[in-house]
Amino acid sequence: MQDAVTTMIPVGEVPDRPQARDGLRLVLRNVFPFLVVGAIWEIVAWAGVFPRRLFPTLEEVASTFVQLTVAGILPHHAIDTVIRLLSGFALAAIIGVTIGVLMGRSRRAEDICLPLVSICAPIPGLAYAPLFLLWFGLGDSGSIVLVGFVALFPVVLNTWTGVKAVKEIWLRAAQTMGADDRRLFRHVILPGAAPYILTGLRLGLAQAWRILVAVEMLAAVPWGLGWLIFGAREFLNTDAMLAGIAMIGILGLALENLVFRPIERYTVVRWGMIAA
Amino acid sequence: MKALLSILVAVILYELLARSGWFAAALVPTLPTIARTLWGMLGDGSMERHALNTLARVFAGLAAAALTGLVLGFLMARYRAVERFFSPLVSALMPIPSLAWAPVFILWFGLGNVATVLIVFYAATFPMLINTWTGARAVNTLWLRAARSMGARGPALFWKVVVPGASPFIITGLRLAFQRAWIAVVGAEMLAASAFGLGWVIFDAKEFLNADVMLSSLVVIGAIGLAFERLVFGSLERATVLRWGMVRAGRT
Repeated sequence: MQDAVTTMIPVGEVPDRPQARDGLRLVLRNVFPFLVVGAIWEIVAWAGVFPRRLFPTLEEVASTFVQLTVAGILPHHAIDTVIRLLSGFALAAIIGVTIGVLMGRSRRAEDICLPLVSICAPIPGLAYAPLFLLWFGLGDSGSIVLVGFVALFPVVLNTWTGVKAVKEIWLRAAQTMGADDRRLFRHVILPGAAPYILTGLRLGLAQAWRILVAVEMLAAVPWGLGWLIFGAREFLNTDAMLAGIAMIGILGLALENLVFRPIERYTVVRWGMIAA
Repeated sequence: MKALLSILVAVILYELLARSGWFAAALVPTLPTIARTLWGMLGDGSMERHALNTLARVFAGLAAAALTGLVLGFLMARYRAVERFFSPLVSALMPIPSLAWAPVFILWFGLGNVATVLIVFYAATFPMLINTWTGARAVNTLWLRAARSMGARGPALFWKVVVPGASPFIITGLRLAFQRAWIAVVGAEMLAASAFGLGWVIFDAKEFLNADVMLSSLVVIGAIGLAFERLVFGSLERATVLRWGMVRAGRT
């Protein structure tokens, strides 16, 4: 529920910082902090504060990363994780938008669904994990259903808010101009609610992403980044764990920059619902 | 009234499902069984002990995260150099789920409280930091100029203008941080706690197929989360943001 409210907090004008003209300087400026942190890491690793096995140097992590990638192990784990994420998320998106729109348009659906959603939403998704694993079994089915279930709530709540936030006057104007229900939905309600729906999808995907790694640790799936990290613990392969975490970070950044930014640009910004 | 009706229908459906015998009774316990288990665990004090352990972990992590987020957020908004140094690091670390660090923290610090609190800290810091940073930058420049021209300097400007101006964002950040922390603590306890904690109970119960214990802990987790959301953050909001007139009442 909070997710929906968050997006409505009045945002003041955030002053744009002047862009650095020199591209190279920009790159250097962004790389510099990582160099500093990397140097500190190296010092700690070489100083032997932790046993070397538990706190490998960055060269070791990098070489493990390259080795695992070349051997195809890391990509295999990553692909399985992404497939699981996308199937759970697709489940949540389809069901969530449908329920959300129904709740926004029909009073009865709202009365039935809202209390249930507001009871289930605040419980942390992972708390359901053992229960879902018992009901749906270890492995893929349990983890996908759980991820979908967790991602469902932000989608439902934001879609519902968005549909309710469509201006009454647009609906009436469209109806006066003779739009039937289907066209009203496609051309007025959907674009009007789109910024909220997208926010919901985005929050849902982020939520699914955060949960999925942990679910993979618990659900004993044969492949997956969460499992890679957790399994490496048994053999004290800290370098493999850190390589897996690096991969998770890269995937997370890619999701944000390659999936959501473009979607937002092509839909909401183009329809003029929010400023670019 | 209608809400009660809809909950009642859901409850009856569940009860029918549980009694129908389609699923094993150990997996889908009936509601009286769950209630009895919950009552028993509350009665012998074990549930309270688990809940207190979990709460202590959440607050340790959340307090550290709030402090870090506030200090760093304000510094980043105020000093360009700090912002330039930390914002690439933040955007690189943020997309990594805190629970991915669990195995690493377990190896470094062992099973137990340190690893759990660190996971909570990692989860809660980013919303706090991002919101403080955005909030401090979003303070209306007109207010800053007005305060300056009336002679406000340094600390006065900060405490009287910047902090109240950023407060809606900060409160939202704290709220989000609590939600994240609450999720993280359950996961962290499943993976890293050695004894006690609501997440640990749920996970432990799975081994023995005690679905009634799992569901009663789920009820407690939900109730505590809801209580904080409504009571603590609601009154915090009333005491600060609403009183300062930063947002209108009735919005939430």
